Amino acid sequence: MRVMVLVKADKDSEAGVMPDEKLLTDMTKFNEDLAKSGVMLAGEGLHPSSKGARVRFSGGKKTVIDGPFTEAKELVAGFWLWQVKSLDEAIEWLKRAPFEDTEVEIRPVFEAAEFGEALSPELREREERIAEQAAENAKR
Amino acid sequence: MTATDIRRTIDAVWRIESARLIAGLARIVRDVGLAEDLAQDALVAALERWPEAGVPDNPGAWLMAAAKHRAIDQLRRRALLERKHDELGRELEARQEEEAPDLDAALDDPVGDDLLRLVFICCHPVLATEARVALTLRLLGGLTTEEIARAFLTPVPTVAQRIVRAKRTLAEAHVPFEVPRGDDLAARLASVLEVVYLIFNEGYAATAGDDWMRPALCEDALRLGRILAELAPREPEVHGLVALMEIQASRAPARVGPAGEPIPLLDQDRGRWDYVLIGRGLAALERAERLGGAGGPYALQAAIAACHARARTPEETDWRRIAALYEALARLAPSPVVELNRAVAVGMASGPAAGLALVDELTAEPALAGYYLLPTVRGDLLAKLGRYDEAREEFARAASLTANARVRALLLERAATAARESGAARGATPTDRPPG
Repeated sequence: MRVMVLVKADKDSEAGVMPDEKLLTDMTKFNEDLAKSGVMLAGEGLHPSSKGARVRFSGGKKTVIDGPFTEAKELVAGFWLWQVKSLDEAIEWLKRAPFEDTEVEIRPVFEAAEFGEALSPELREREERIAEQAAENAKR
Repeated sequence: MTATDIRRTIDAVWRIESARLIAGLARIVRDVGLAEDLAQDALVAALERWPEAGVPDNPGAWLMAAAKHRAIDQLRRRALLERKHDELGRELEARQEEEAPDLDAALDDPVGDDLLRLVFICCHPVLATEARVALTLRLLGGLTTEEIARAFLTPVPTVAQRIVRAKRTLAEAHVPFEVPRGDDLAARLASVLEVVYLIFNEGYAATAGDDWMRPALCEDALRLGRILAELAPREPEVHGLVALMEIQASRAPARVGPAGEPIPLLDQDRGRWDYVLIGRGLAALERAERLGGAGGPYALQAAIAACHARARTPEETDWRRIAALYEALARLAPSPVVELNRAVAVGMASGPAAGLALVDELTAEPALAGYYLLPTVRGDLLAKLGRYDEAREEFARAASLTANARVRALLLERAATAARESGAARGATPTDRPPG
């Protein structure tokens, strides 16, 4: 199964403060362990929300809101995509991550088959076009 | 935590730690079988202790320490046996004192050499292929004997015996615990890659049973491949194999229809391909090519898979390049199966008549006599040329040659379609009669 691991933002990450050298070293080591065990599929860190934007949808109206956003705990600062055998394995891996004071969330990724009937052929076709576009973008 | 929770945690820890644990122990005790026994003992100790004492903060280190104690006991007992008649008991005591701290250093393996050694041992040429596969899945993949048996539709005792015998063979042959060097390395590495790809293929195109794919086995093989790529990053063929597996696995969600029937590549819904895996596969292929390995057998196959992965629609497929890649592959490793694939590519690039001419050269090939894909391909080309009666016969023959129920159903359907086309071409009533 595939899981996404969501690392929450905090004051420092929102202020654009880079982690200290020890944490960086420990994180590099952790990422190496993930890769060496064949678990890591992808992983990225995100800029502070001050560099981002939101689009609010409300009754057909779209409003663009520029960052920063205030509720730091609800913001994502980075993510991993892991290939694991079970949620338990993901939990065991995450316990080895060099975090101090934070909560990190693990969320299993939907497999296409799990959508089942909810995805009508029309929706499926749209989803395909999105995937095709994504593939094309990835080539750039 | 309930007992079940702890059991699940222990399973997860075992999956993460077992290979490194066994590899580290194997270097010390110089016996893969004994190393696994020691690691298993540590696991049993964890099953006994953790439900009461709780899961330790660093479960991996706990297992390592528990196994180390047992390794030291073993070494002492062995030394004692060897020196049973030795009068110098005092000296032995002194030596044992020295041994313990060395073990700590010995078990610390930052570069992963132990794991690589274990990989080479599990795939050692003294072992039969089946034994290599079972041992690799068990010692490196962390699978239980039951899981391996289920994956290969083999009775549990058969697999258990295979593993026991493999360990004994390794011990009796005194296989050194080392990474092969020089000329030996290439051949031994090829054996490792073969085992990993065999596991992948058993999952990707199940040779027996009712299911067309067993995805868990593909995932295990991919994981082994990714681990190997980290252990031997300078070996282009390792990256070639990983690229091939990643790209093939990317099609898994699109290869099976709602009723479990296989869907051929060109009919697949490309929107359902897994673009995370495609991205990883193309990157691995690039790595293989950068290391000068574009011409290796796995890299060539990966390059062919990449041609399909890059085409957004079947019409965009670069069949000329695929035909050229198959030609290169055929020069490298001549095989009727590769020739058959080349014929398909030529049929797509230069028309069905050109493809059929190549296939017809292969019909006398004894190696392909019982191979269902030969009549399948021939049937396909004949149908494209409008020779439906011959196509129907070929599809029916192909159906009789496969052991996979899903594939057989698909082929019988194609035979029926060809029969209908034939009827329509003659202007007669279409027939629904199944082919004989």
